[in-house]
Amino acid sequence: MIEVENLSKRYGDKLAVDRLSFSVPAGTVTGFLGPNGAGKSTTMRMIAALDEPTTGRVLVNGKDYRAATAPMAELGILLEAKAVHTGRSARNHLLALAQTNGVPRRRVSELIEMVGLADVAAKRVGGFSLGMGQRLGIASALLGDPRVVILDEPVNGLDPEGVLWVRNLLKALAADGHTVFVSSHLMSEMALTATRLVVIGRGRLIADTTVEEFVSRAGGMSVTVRTPEVAQMRSLLLGPDITVTSDASDVLQVRGLTAEQIGLAAWQARLPVFELTTQRASLEEAFMQLTDDSVDFRSHDARGSYGAHDGTHDGARDGAETAVA
Amino acid sequence: MSAVLTSEPASARPARPAGPVLKVTQARVLVSEFTKFRTVRSTVWTLLVAVVLMIGISALFSAVTASQYHTFDAADRATFNPVSISLSGMMFAVVAFGVLGVLMISGEYSTGMIRSSLTAVPRRLPVLWGKLAVFAGVIFSISLVASVICFFLGQALLNSHHLGVSVTAPGALRSIIGAALYGTVSGMIGVALGALFRNTAAGIATFAGVFFVIPPLTGLLPASISDHLSQYLPSYAGDAVWGGARSVTDALSPWTGFAVLCGYAVVLIAAAAVRLRRVDA
Repeated sequence: MIEVENLSKRYGDKLAVDRLSFSVPAGTVTGFLGPNGAGKSTTMRMIAALDEPTTGRVLVNGKDYRAATAPMAELGILLEAKAVHTGRSARNHLLALAQTNGVPRRRVSELIEMVGLADVAAKRVGGFSLGMGQRLGIASALLGDPRVVILDEPVNGLDPEGVLWVRNLLKALAADGHTVFVSSHLMSEMALTATRLVVIGRGRLIADTTVEEFVSRAGGMSVTVRTPEVAQMRSLLLGPDITVTSDASDVLQVRGLTAEQIGLAAWQARLPVFELTTQRASLEEAFMQLTDDSVDFRSHDARGSYGAHDGTHDGARDGAETAVA
Repeated sequence: MSAVLTSEPASARPARPAGPVLKVTQARVLVSEFTKFRTVRSTVWTLLVAVVLMIGISALFSAVTASQYHTFDAADRATFNPVSISLSGMMFAVVAFGVLGVLMISGEYSTGMIRSSLTAVPRRLPVLWGKLAVFAGVIFSISLVASVICFFLGQALLNSHHLGVSVTAPGALRSIIGAALYGTVSGMIGVALGALFRNTAAGIATFAGVFFVIPPLTGLLPASISDHLSQYLPSYAGDAVWGGARSVTDALSPWTGFAVLCGYAVVLIAAAAVRLRRVDA
């Protein structure tokens, strides 16, 4: 369990992380998404107590990580940048880390086997490929069998087989009750691995929700209606919580109604319909939409109460969508 | 990479290690730091260079002094100290110790290793204490052995011209141990500089500046100033404990000089500790 409360980090003039609050529960894989420079790595470094927050605090398993008696049993982290002395062998790197917390030597060997570095464990890390470095980083994160596992871009540089392995590993860790917090810029990867999402942009919280909810909230479902009677169709469908926008002269995008409801209404009103298509936004589209700088509501809805609708949000979102279209 | 990876979660996660209770202790961090120290190839090479410099240059100075003694004037003969001549290689070995000290920390910053180290030990300071203890232990042991070899080798060479003294001569034992202490504490200043600058080049340049560039420069100052200043420089103060072959007016007494050197080390280490604790890794 990770609890982030009102966390900010300022570097000179730049506010890299801006009053972030979210929590990462145990037993699930939580994805951490945001465009480059959104503050993901800075946030992760603050969780691991490598960087001191400008404001706010972080609790790892309910405690201040710096005060942990066995830090490696509480939290293991793979940082995006390599964090290994290039002149040391993989085995000695892991051994040195293991010794600080009293992790037994056989655990080092187990992990070397597990991440598939047995053949190169005696070689100096300086010669490792990006993928091998990632495997070593994952091994060091898991040394103390920590309750919280944080991985910054773990699939970076991995071959497809490695990607699959990481995916299964994360799921297995979560199923075993660990807290798994993983950042990625690969939306498709997140869709396959994560069940929860924390999304940030420009250091601010955009969403703290489930993957499903995120997709339906952001892109939601919309229905494309092609009809020659655009004006009549629009007035027929409009109602509370229903938005209708137009991309082309004979096409309407309808939100808040299902294709069935629209088809039935059109049939009853004797309006011709040439096309009726349900559009489901992908995680990727949802992400692009929500992190797009032109989207205004993000700054208002930073507190993440996605259940509550209000006019400002919908209005701003529709405006953005019309602009995109 | 040829290793075959399995995709089954079962094999992807070995069982939680049964038995040992994980906990960070200063002793464990020290063991870890010793592992780090001995598993980087450059450490071994730098130490080897230090020992070769120390023994080789000491022997060279002893041999040259022995063969040239007959050309010395009365003043040179009056200040002739067979003990410090036989240990003079320490003046140069200290470069290697300083570099090694700086690298011990700056190497972690340049490679990013420091982030792994501090995540494993988020209290941070045990890492610095561990590094200093390992460094001091290893450097003192090695330089003491080298110092003893230098002494006996040097006296043997000087004895070819009947200039050598025995280990029981006044100040001989103190100088042998003192040379090792000087090398150790100077190197610890290097460790502190590495932690302060977090950068190899800056750390080594500062160390070299303080130990090798500034001392001769004080000779350019008017004697009225330099005579009250130069004996307090880290290198000259430290030289006092082993009779380092440098002429300083009003040199400090051996242990006062060593205490001054230790004072510099303590201040720099304290600053390094504050910086390590307070500043983002």
